[in-house]
Amino acid sequence: MSNPQQLRYSKEHEWLTAAEDGVSTVGITEFAANALGDVVYVQLPEVGATVTAGETCGELESTKSVSDLYAPVTGEITEVNQDVSDDPSLVNTAPFEGGWLFKVRVSDEPGDLLSADEYTEFAGN
Amino acid sequence: MSPSPRRTALDAVHRALGATMTDFAGWDMPLRYGSERDEHNAVRTTAGLFDLSHMGEITLTGPGAAAALDYALVGNIGALAVGRARYTMICREDGGILDDLIVYRLGDTHFMVVANASNAQVVLDELTARAEGFDTAVRDDREAYALLAVQGPNSPAILASLTDADLDGLKYYAGLPGTVAGVEALIARTGYTGEDGFELFVAPADAEALWQALTEAGRDAGLTPCGLSCRDTLRLEAGMPLYGNELSTALTPYDAGLGRVVKFEKEGDFVGRMALATAAELAAVKAPRKLVGLIAKGRRVPRAGYPVVAGDAVVGEVTSGAPSPTLGQPIAMAYVDSAYAEAGTEGVGVDIRGNHEPYEVVALPFYKRRK
Repeated sequence: MSNPQQLRYSKEHEWLTAAEDGVSTVGITEFAANALGDVVYVQLPEVGATVTAGETCGELESTKSVSDLYAPVTGEITEVNQDVSDDPSLVNTAPFEGGWLFKVRVSDEPGDLLSADEYTEFAGN
Repeated sequence: MSPSPRRTALDAVHRALGATMTDFAGWDMPLRYGSERDEHNAVRTTAGLFDLSHMGEITLTGPGAAAALDYALVGNIGALAVGRARYTMICREDGGILDDLIVYRLGDTHFMVVANASNAQVVLDELTARAEGFDTAVRDDREAYALLAVQGPNSPAILASLTDADLDGLKYYAGLPGTVAGVEALIARTGYTGEDGFELFVAPADAEALWQALTEAGRDAGLTPCGLSCRDTLRLEAGMPLYGNELSTALTPYDAGLGRVVKFEKEGDFVGRMALATAAELAAVKAPRKLVGLIAKGRRVPRAGYPVVAGDAVVGEVTSGAPSPTLGQPIAMAYVDSAYAEAGTEGVGVDIRGNHEPYEVVALPFYKRRK
């Protein structure tokens, strides 16, 4: 699997796009999706909610387990992916595209976000 | 604790297929090869191929073998016809379940007991101790067999293309020795999926050749390699208990709604008889709690250990839960107070990490195949 070069990554296996008008799109990586197995339910933060970098902001349920979703940056949620709420398998089939989770207006970001190459090494793949 | 898990004879096959592996009862086993939902659906609609070599085989031979098993287990093993198999249990003196088992009668004086991997050593030790004084030899055959399973509606056709054995004459819960793709096998019509299917006990050295032959024969029949993840959702839909979840030493077969496996009418005493007789009487009058099915009205998935609630009261506990691929909703098995165990009981929910999610109480199983 390859992690897109233009994205940045958290150690909790989220990716985020470069901000456009201050807003970044967030999802989980293919590595994380594969580790979870078939995702059957996602609980996303509410639009308008403030999320904090490194803190949980939702849940991902797969066949075997439930996992917390962490916010990779701090900011306000501007949009959530309704398609993924309706069809959580998008997280598995298109983790970097149609399986995106939410958009966030970034007010602060931690200093330890990773580049694609750093993340690839971190995830050991 | 053993530091590195044991690998089955099919380990290289799993790795070549890119399986996600998991440690299960000390064995490194395939959890899934691709999507566990696709694997589950393959077993329901076409066929699935499993490596179950972690299961523990124990052989009893000798003129006293049947009597020894009748004493050691709760079932009526002496009454079993040659070539037939039986689902049964081994209990403690206090009635607590040590394991659930399948016993195959391979000959008049020849039986194979198949135990769960997690309990195989306990079962071997108990059988050895309980067989003392009977004219029988108890043999640890865990290393003697690899176990492959072909499960699903297309499994008879797939297997028939590789064997001359009389599969049409092989009933559910029967087993016969035969040759499959040139490999000597014990062919059993058993499984843990709720579908028709076969379990093939073979020498470990033959396992890979058999796997490849089955894969080839099943290519046009939708045969899909399947991991333990879908095996769990398949058995859950079929309402089949899993040791460690629905069954434990703290429970008797009656607690689990499986009192039918206890055969008081058989000859002679058996371990647990007195305690089980009391449990049977109690169950007949009023079982304190019952094993039921729960179907979610929402989409959040219950997990083992989550409380079952009614209003503010905890009325039970989930023992197994998963998203059901066949029903398209989360399902669970749970022990609940008898007052809430009737199918259709209103107001029952599961506490999912602090939120009370509504659930429908149903009778088990969730899924029954059309014959």
